[in-house]
Amino acid sequence: MSYTLEGKTGTWEIVVGLEVHAQVISHSKLFSGASASYGGEPNTHVSLVDAGFPGMLPVLNQECVAQAIRTGLGLRARINLESRFDRKNYFYADLPTGYQISQFTHPIVGEGTVEIELGDGTVRHIGITRLHMEQDAGKSMHDQDPTRSFIDLNRAGVALMEIVSEPDIRSPEEAGAYLRKLRQILRYLGTCDGNMEEGSMRADVNVSVRRAGEPFRTRCEIKNVNSIRYVMHAIEVEATRQIEVWEGGGEVDQETRLFDPSRNETRSLRSKEDAHDYRYFPDPDLLPLVVEQAWVDELERALPELPDDKRDRFIKQYGIPRYDASVLVAEQAIADYYEEVARGRDARLAANWVTGDLFGALNRTGRSIQDSPISAQALGGMLDLMADKTINGKIAKEVFEDMLETGDSAADIVERKGLKQVTDTGAIDAAVADVLARNADKVEEYRGGKDRLFGFFVGQVMKAMAGKANPAIVNEALKKVL
Amino acid sequence: MSLDPATVRRIARLARIGIDESDLPALQGELNGILGWVEQLNEVDVEGVTPMVGTGHAALRTRDDVVTDGNCRDAVLSNAPDAVGPFYTVPKVVE
Repeated sequence: MSYTLEGKTGTWEIVVGLEVHAQVISHSKLFSGASASYGGEPNTHVSLVDAGFPGMLPVLNQECVAQAIRTGLGLRARINLESRFDRKNYFYADLPTGYQISQFTHPIVGEGTVEIELGDGTVRHIGITRLHMEQDAGKSMHDQDPTRSFIDLNRAGVALMEIVSEPDIRSPEEAGAYLRKLRQILRYLGTCDGNMEEGSMRADVNVSVRRAGEPFRTRCEIKNVNSIRYVMHAIEVEATRQIEVWEGGGEVDQETRLFDPSRNETRSLRSKEDAHDYRYFPDPDLLPLVVEQAWVDELERALPELPDDKRDRFIKQYGIPRYDASVLVAEQAIADYYEEVARGRDARLAANWVTGDLFGALNRTGRSIQDSPISAQALGGMLDLMADKTINGKIAKEVFEDMLETGDSAADIVERKGLKQVTDTGAIDAAVADVLARNADKVEEYRGGKDRLFGFFVGQVMKAMAGKANPAIVNEALKKVL
Repeated sequence: MSLDPATVRRIARLARIGIDESDLPALQGELNGILGWVEQLNEVDVEGVTPMVGTGHAALRTRDDVVTDGNCRDAVLSNAPDAVGPFYTVPKVVE
C-alpha cells in the first residue's frame, strides 16, 4: 500500500531523497596528520593545515580513500578509478580556509543501490547516486558570550563521506528503513560508527510532493537532521506544509529549511539567497586521485560478509524464517552470537531462544549483546541439555532465568536444583495412577468423550512431578491407562 | 563572454569584498580583460583530445593513517586577534 497524504483538494504523494554525511572511521584527518578522534581539548586536534595557515598543503589520507571504496563496494556501487577534489567556496567562521575540499564533478563512487525491507515485508531498492569524500567543518558555540561565537576546530578537516540517494523514497517509513539499512552496512564495514546522537551520521532531507503520475515539483532541503525519528517527522511535516502552499494557490520555493522538533515545524533559512553558489573549481593543491583496480579488488576480497548476504545464508544454512534471519543480522555481534549458539545444534531452536528469551532478558536488564549476562557458550550448553533430554522445554525456562541471575552454567543449575528430567517410567506410571485416582470424575468424563481433558491430566501429572517429567513419556503412560 | 556591472557586484559579494559603486566600471573592465585573455584558448581545436589533468605523470601523493600533527594550540591560535582561553572567537554568528 503506497503512502499518500490527503489535502483539501485530493491525494498527494511524497518524493524524498537523502544526503547522508557519514564520518569516516580513521585515526587522522582527511588531509592532515592531526587526530580525528572525538572529544579532545578544544583546538588541540588541529594542525596548521586545518587552521588554514598560509602555505600549508593538504596530503590525502590513504586509509580514508580505502574506507570510501569499501563503503562504495558495500553499496554495490561503481568505483571510479579516477576522481578529483574540488574547492567548495563559502564563508563561515568555523571554516578557516574559506573553502571545503570536496568532490564535485568526479566523485570516487558512482551509482549503487540499497535494498530496504518494510514492516509489511515489501522489499524496495533505493538508488544511490554517488558517494564522495569531503572535509568536516569546525564547531561554533553561540552560548558562551553575549557578543561573540567561540570556535573549536577539532572537527575541522575530519573525513566525511557524503552518500546521496536518488529521489526514490516515497514515505517516512521508507526513509527510516533506508537510514537504518545504511547505518547497518556502514557498521558492518567498519567505515562509520553510525552514531547519529554524536553527529557521526547526519542527514539532509530533500522533500517534494506531487499528484500521482506528475513529474517532480520543486523540492526543499531540510538541513542537518540528527536522528532517524526526526527525519521521519520532518518529512511528514514538510510535505504537509508544501501541500498547503500548493493548495492555497502558492508556489513552493526551492530553499533550505531547518526542522525544529520541539515545535514540529520546518523554518526557512531566509538569508541563504546565495547559499548554492559555491563556485566549485578543481583544487590546485591536489592532483587527480587515481586508484588501481587491483587495489579495489584487494579491498573487496577483504570485506566482511554484508547483512543481506548474511541474512540469505542464515535462511539457507539454518532453515530459519526470513523475519528471524533479518532480526539476527541487525548487528554483527548478534549474528556472531547466534552462529555460536547454533553451531552443531538445532538452529531453529537456537533462533527462538536468541530472538525470544535472550532479547527479552537483554531488554529487561538494559544490556546489549556484547555484555549479555548469558554467553553464547552458556546458552548453547543449555540447549545441549535439552537435546540430550536432561531437561524439557518448561524446565529450560526456569534454568534460563537462573542463569540470568546467577551466571551459573545450565548443568550446575540442573544439578543444584535437582531439575534433571524424570524418564523413569515406574515413577511416572505411579504419578499417573495417583492423578487418575484423585480425579475419578474427570476420568469418567474423558471416557465419555471429553477429549479435551487429556491436557488436564498431563498438566496434573507434570505438576505432581514438579515439572520434571519427560512430557513424551507422560503422554505415553496416560494414553496407555486411559 | 562579458560581465555586466550586476555580475561584478555579485562576485564581490560572494567573495565578501566591499567595493564602491564608483569602482565598478574599472573592475568590470579589468575582469573582462582577464576573461578576454583567457578566452584566446577557445581558438585551439581540442576535438578528440583527452583532457589533461596535470603536468607530467605525477600521481597524487597520499599518507598513512597515523597521527603526526596537532597538539599545537598556541601556534594555531597565534594569529587569532581575539582568542579566549582555548578558543578563537568571532563576532556572534547566529542563524
